[in-house]
Amino acid sequence: MGLLLFLSSGLFLGWSLGANDAANVFGTAVGTRMVRFRTAAVICAVFIVLGATLSGAGAAHTLGRLGAVNTLAGAFTVALAAALTTFWMTRLKMPVSTSQAIVGAIIGWNIYAASVTDTDSLTRIVLTWVACPLISGTLAVVLFMLIRWLINTTNPHLLRLDAMTRAGLILAGAFGSYSLGANNIANVMGVFVPENPFGDLSVFGLFVLSGTQQLFLLGSVAIGVGVFTYSERVMRTVGGGLVRLSPVPALVVVLAHSITLFLFASEGLEHFLASHHLPTFPLVPVSSSQAVVGAIVGISLFKGAPIRYRVLGEISVGWITTPIIAGVVAFLMLFFVDNVFDQRVHQDMRYRIDRIVVEELARQGVADAGLDEIAGTTFANGVKFKRDLETATTLAEDDIHRVIELSRLGHWMIDPGILAEKIDTRWLTAAQLDALRTLADRRYERSWLMHRELAATSPDWSERPPAAIHRSWNKELAAKLVFLDRVFRLERRDEP
Amino acid sequence: MSLFKSSRIVEKQIDEFLDTVAEGALVFRSGINAYLESARAEFEASIIEIGKLENRADILSREVESHLYSHSLIPEHRGDVLGLLEHTDNIIDTVKMSLMQFSVEHPVIPDEFDAGYRKLGEASYQAADAVVVSTRAFFRDATAVKDTLFKVHHYEKEADGISDTLKRAIFASDLELAHKTQLRYFALNVERISDRAEEVADRLAIYAIKRNT
Repeated sequence: MGLLLFLSSGLFLGWSLGANDAANVFGTAVGTRMVRFRTAAVICAVFIVLGATLSGAGAAHTLGRLGAVNTLAGAFTVALAAALTTFWMTRLKMPVSTSQAIVGAIIGWNIYAASVTDTDSLTRIVLTWVACPLISGTLAVVLFMLIRWLINTTNPHLLRLDAMTRAGLILAGAFGSYSLGANNIANVMGVFVPENPFGDLSVFGLFVLSGTQQLFLLGSVAIGVGVFTYSERVMRTVGGGLVRLSPVPALVVVLAHSITLFLFASEGLEHFLASHHLPTFPLVPVSSSQAVVGAIVGISLFKGAPIRYRVLGEISVGWITTPIIAGVVAFLMLFFVDNVFDQRVHQDMRYRIDRIVVEELARQGVADAGLDEIAGTTFANGVKFKRDLETATTLAEDDIHRVIELSRLGHWMIDPGILAEKIDTRWLTAAQLDALRTLADRRYERSWLMHRELAATSPDWSERPPAAIHRSWNKELAAKLVFLDRVFRLERRDEP
Repeated sequence: MSLFKSSRIVEKQIDEFLDTVAEGALVFRSGINAYLESARAEFEASIIEIGKLENRADILSREVESHLYSHSLIPEHRGDVLGLLEHTDNIIDTVKMSLMQFSVEHPVIPDEFDAGYRKLGEASYQAADAVVVSTRAFFRDATAVKDTLFKVHHYEKEADGISDTLKRAIFASDLELAHKTQLRYFALNVERISDRAEEVADRLAIYAIKRNT
């Protein structure tokens, strides 16, 4: 029952995501009246469910961004804060990035829990504001010139051009919806995977839906309901509020948005290019809302179409304020949930530099005389620990993060019961599973010790050299290790 | 795929509609010539023919309208296309009305004005024919519309000039005033076809710019 209550905020986040992000894939199609809202909503909802259930569970066993939040009540509150922020922006008809609302809310949690904020997240948000609209806008102009040349060369009948544009909008929309479901479901439901109440379900003996797939199906249905019930307003803003688009530019916008996401955010593409010894595209943070708005502005500037700068200004302010509002809301709500409802919204993190930590740091090439000054002291506050490290040592930001990571204390045990129930065996390789079974019942005081022993037991648990071709392996491995940390941590169950 | 199927159906209907209007213009030319040559049977046949064509054009334009709305086709250009078809349909309506007036009033055209009416009929026919070519271009290659529109304006101006000369000649003659007035009315009647063609051309010029942006 408790889980269902907690699940409700994930479902609300899913609903908000559907209400807001569907506009990125179908906004211009609906705004130009090329596709009716109902048709767009049906296609969008169906493909989101398919993407989330078929691809989401396969690629994203991760905990999503909310995985950093280490208690269920905390995840509930953070998801609720992100959902409320996205919902409010949707009410204002503003296309915002749901993932930025989530990151903002997590930073709020970090501040509340006195946990160290990953500066990468902040850099990522700021970089997205600049990089994404620029890339997408440039791509939109190039695509528009190409399509215009193609139309002028082939001279299709007005009605045939209309049919082709419509088909393009529907196909691109369906593809975009599938990706939306596959990429975002982990943000909505990922954090509940370790507590998943569902077991495998055979559907008429035809196929088996795993527990994770059922959880993701539930989340994707929430996204679908969001699309149906509330996305029309944002779609109208994207499709006509900013600039009055005609159908062909509308198609160009959707294509530019999809290509931007594919080229600059696809690890799959990077791995494919690297494995064929081809040059890879740099992976930069991109957001679909910003890609769409960037493409619309790019194409309008190129055509000299009048842009409603007031609306553009409001949208831009929305991007900046979304993470901030989400952070503040999350902080305030965490305070209430913690103090009024008496729910643990974060696990106390403790840090201590021991001899084993100093040795490991030395092995990794990190050494500083100042470390000895604070060695042996247990810190219950990550922010204070970081501040002390900065005062006592001359280490760079990256190295400080490494010290903090290695100094984190806790209790982990590879519980055979959890291994049998909570771990999706299809996600791990046979060698990885064997290594886990070999180390069953072992206890660790630091998670990296568990990782190190796993790596020593099987090369499948080892990080590969940092090269583009290994990036997706290493990222997947990191996700798996975060997942193990979460499910095998004892405090969740043992501590009061 | 029904999307492409309904587009193909409307494409075919629009083509057929324009064929009908072009055929109507041809019937107009042959009808005027038959009247001037006093080929009564041939003239009456053209009246029957134009009635059928006008009816067919009406049905086709209604079908196109219903398809465009029911399948939400070309939302951006729907109003323009329907306005275009309506005004093009006016050409065939005017042709029918003009020939019908000849049939009803049976004006006596003195031999000295025969060539004038013939030339006026030809210029009006050319203007109507040219505007059908421009309308087809609007659907297939909007950049070519401009290249064909000048012909419509050329023939309309030519028709204006012929009509003016003809009316002056009529009123300078010794005919009775009632006869003169009737002949002037018929000159206007024939000239009106080119005016209708020019109305379509004016709309096309704007629609083509909209389509190209």
